Amino acid sequence: MSSYDSSAISQVRALRTPGGVQAVVVTLQGEVDLQHSPAVRQQLIDEAGKRPGRLVVDLSAVNYMDSSGVASLVETLQRVRGYGGELILVNPTARVRSIFEIARLDRIFRILTDLGEAMGE
Amino acid sequence: MPEEIAISVEELVKSFDGHVVLDGVNLQVRRGETMVVMGGSGCGKSTLLRHMIGSIFPDSGRVVLLGEDLNELDGAGLDRLRLRFGILFQSGALFNSMTVGENVALPLVEHTELDPATIEIMVKMKLEAVGLREHADKMPAQISGGMKKRAGLARALALDPEILFYDEPSAGLDPVTSAEIDQLIMDLSGKLGVTSVVVTHEMDSAFRIASRMAMLDRGRVVAVGTPAEFRDSADPMVKQFINGLAEGPITARRQESNYEEDILGVSPRHGR
Repeated sequence: MSSYDSSAISQVRALRTPGGVQAVVVTLQGEVDLQHSPAVRQQLIDEAGKRPGRLVVDLSAVNYMDSSGVASLVETLQRVRGYGGELILVNPTARVRSIFEIARLDRIFRILTDLGEAMGE
Repeated sequence: MPEEIAISVEELVKSFDGHVVLDGVNLQVRRGETMVVMGGSGCGKSTLLRHMIGSIFPDSGRVVLLGEDLNELDGAGLDRLRLRFGILFQSGALFNSMTVGENVALPLVEHTELDPATIEIMVKMKLEAVGLREHADKMPAQISGGMKKRAGLARALALDPEILFYDEPSAGLDPVTSAEIDQLIMDLSGKLGVTSVVVTHEMDSAFRIASRMAMLDRGRVVAVGTPAEFRDSADPMVKQFINGLAEGPITARRQESNYEEDILGVSPRHGR
């Protein structure tokens, strides 16, 4: 993990929703591409391993994501669903959202426009 | 070079065995646009494409791709640049000893250090984008020509290229699959800003996908413009080509050639 470029990971916060659900918010930034996605993947796998009820990935500061970044999110979704949790993506830019659309994944992920909404009930 | 130009072809000249195939080609492809290159058989469009991807080099002139002069790159430089563009060959060019999925995974396995789990998901995404996800485990021999072409496109997309080159993407495809491929080309350009160069004869497809079009004739670019400009063109050669007319300057040229001399054996080439 230490050999990965983790500069696309801006912040990781453990929170509780108003209803008491344990949540983790991972905020990504910049470019999630071949260079950065291995670190993002590892971070997300580590967070999913703690089995929070809700794993929220804030994409609002991501200006570019390639297929390897999307694939890392898919793998995270597999794991979170595997233990009965929920993965929510928040506020992707139009360009990042298009990558999900082209891969026909926009219907598989829960994508919200607002972090407050993702942390609500 | 301005940032908005993805590919600049400048005064490109190429001859094979004394026969001039490219005779001073100039063409600029802007970032994010879909440039359709068309022209009759033997007009030089495939040769132009091969220069753009750095598989052959000109006698004179140059191709500047993503800011790099291909004439000045060494082998390693070219290999690095090739990771930034994808090519869909006419046949799909799959490896017959690998499954469809393994073919798509190949560039990812060879050129990245991604986890196999990530690669597996990426392969599914690329195959889904071309409608072949259910066929990942088949061998190329088990799928149709159109499916091979789509698999080739999935492989060309594997590394999320900035530029995609297509050699006759619609040839041999049924109309629905052809329309799907056209839609994908348009989505890649419109939504992701991928620059595309498409060599094609298929006029319906060309007018559907092109941001701009270029027509080659006898090794030169004779017209460049938007689809609307081509439709409205008064140039007899452009009109004949895009409307598929049997009569016009292209065929007249053929009729004016030395058929009589040739068949009667009086041509200087054959002597007497």
